[in-house]
Amino acid sequence: MPVIEASELTKTYGELHAVDAISFEVTPGESFGLLGPNGAGKSTTMRMIGGTTLRTSGTLLVNGLDPEVRGPEVRANLGVVPQQDNLDVELRARDNLIMYGRYFGLPYSYLRPRADDLLEFAQLTEKSNEKVDNLSGGMKRRLTIARALVNEPRILLLDEPTTGLDPQARHILWDRLFRLKEQGVTLIVTTHFMDEAEQLCDRLIVMDHGRIVAEGSPADLIRRYSTREVLEVRFGSDRNAALVDRLRSFADRIEPLPDRVLLYADDGERTLEAVRKDGLVPLTSLVRRSSLEDVFLRLTGRSLID
Amino acid sequence: MSAVVDRVRPGSGLNAWLVANSSGNARAVVERGFKVIRNQNWVIVLSGFFEPVFYLLSMGLGLGSLIGTVAGPGGQQISYAAFIAPALLATSAMNGAIYDSTWNVFFKLRFANLYQGMLATPLGPFDVAAGEIFMALFRGFLYALGFTAVIAGMGLTTSWWALAMIPVALLIALGFASLGMAVTSYFTTFQQMDWINIALLPMFMFSSTLFPISVFPEAVQWFIMALPLWHGVELMRQLSVGHFEASTWLHLGYFVVMSVLGIGFTTRRLRSLFLR
Repeated sequence: MPVIEASELTKTYGELHAVDAISFEVTPGESFGLLGPNGAGKSTTMRMIGGTTLRTSGTLLVNGLDPEVRGPEVRANLGVVPQQDNLDVELRARDNLIMYGRYFGLPYSYLRPRADDLLEFAQLTEKSNEKVDNLSGGMKRRLTIARALVNEPRILLLDEPTTGLDPQARHILWDRLFRLKEQGVTLIVTTHFMDEAEQLCDRLIVMDHGRIVAEGSPADLIRRYSTREVLEVRFGSDRNAALVDRLRSFADRIEPLPDRVLLYADDGERTLEAVRKDGLVPLTSLVRRSSLEDVFLRLTGRSLID
Repeated sequence: MSAVVDRVRPGSGLNAWLVANSSGNARAVVERGFKVIRNQNWVIVLSGFFEPVFYLLSMGLGLGSLIGTVAGPGGQQISYAAFIAPALLATSAMNGAIYDSTWNVFFKLRFANLYQGMLATPLGPFDVAAGEIFMALFRGFLYALGFTAVIAGMGLTTSWWALAMIPVALLIALGFASLGMAVTSYFTTFQQMDWINIALLPMFMFSSTLFPISVFPEAVQWFIMALPLWHGVELMRQLSVGHFEASTWLHLGYFVVMSVLGIGFTTRRLRSLFLR
């Protein structure tokens, strides 16, 4: 049985279709991604899974239960990392973990050692008696993530988990998430970081304007919607646009961006050579593998981070 | 079969409603409230206690020295301070309850995002609301206890019945808090929240708090008597001197009905308030 089953899931705010009749399933132990730019409907979808935002129409089952009808039971098995940290600023760091566990009805005898473990996990042991307001952005994020683990959830909802974390902290978090996944925890991750989606997700849906525009594994999506390699060339911001027509013949597909032009080809180096032979000398050039960013650009005509 | 039942929207019946909106763990919200009070919020607790005391000192003793004695419940002459002291207690119970159930809830909901955190756990809207109303009543209890001690110490009470002002302050607080939370569910901006103050201030000024309502034309008197604070003030005043009439039951009944209706109203609005 899927742990999450959404069918024609819709949320409207007045005229705005925040989530527009999306359907998807998540299987147990899977690491599932929702990818899309800000405003695509990712966070709304996450909140509907927890039953804290009421849907407009469609059906949704989490562990076979409707979160609107059996919210408390559904959330007992969830760990939620919201997009914006909502730590309790009137409590100290360690008390945030303990009190959150109390909301789950867990006893102090379990929560005290658990809080210490989680503080260590979040590398915040020395900050355990610190007021939340005195923690840095990254520390708050780590505390929020630690808090979501207090009930040893079977499903972890992570809404842009690494936003605001430095690269080292991101890699540590990814490592911890891998370990949870190995223990059979289902991960549901929203992100607009492509590398994060590629690192973390077995399967993902790409969302735009509340709709699903593509679904598959990261490799699968790249294969379907992009070429193997991408050549990025810069001619200076005033010349990029002017050269687009001339560059078009060198690649399967071309994507002019304000600061650079992307040429999609299976062999980037060879394409660069051909461009140079034609007398065009870019200021800088870069050949790289195709990524989910390219998939997104192809599907929506927009970058993920505006 | 059960899968079919699960798919329907929150069902009818009390049990289905509770399953959707409560884990029965409102106690954890109360625990959090006490933890916060222990940590830092004694200042706020104290500020709420001093407000009626300052009113009593300035108006009761200051202005009262110009006024002398006035007719209290049953017509006996009492000092002006003894006349307004019970009214100030009723007003402070109202203000504290309204502050906690409107501004405080609004702020924690929209700006501190405290409730979003709570609602991501098994806690449901019912647990959060019940826990917060309990905390509001606890604060109201502390204020009432302190203020009753102050006015008894100043010799402004003449009956042991004055002790009953403490539980009655809680009943008044419950009536206002339960209604206030429901009203908050309709508000989205601070400007709208200001309307609450605009409604409360004249109620404090004119509900026979500082002078008897007999100064008003009869139509105005009827209007004031329809409002809750007047009943609270009259009830407190009767308790402070231990003078009871049939109207005592009317005042008491007013707040019982107001609390029941308020709790019902808030309960209906809980999902609109907390789940969006």
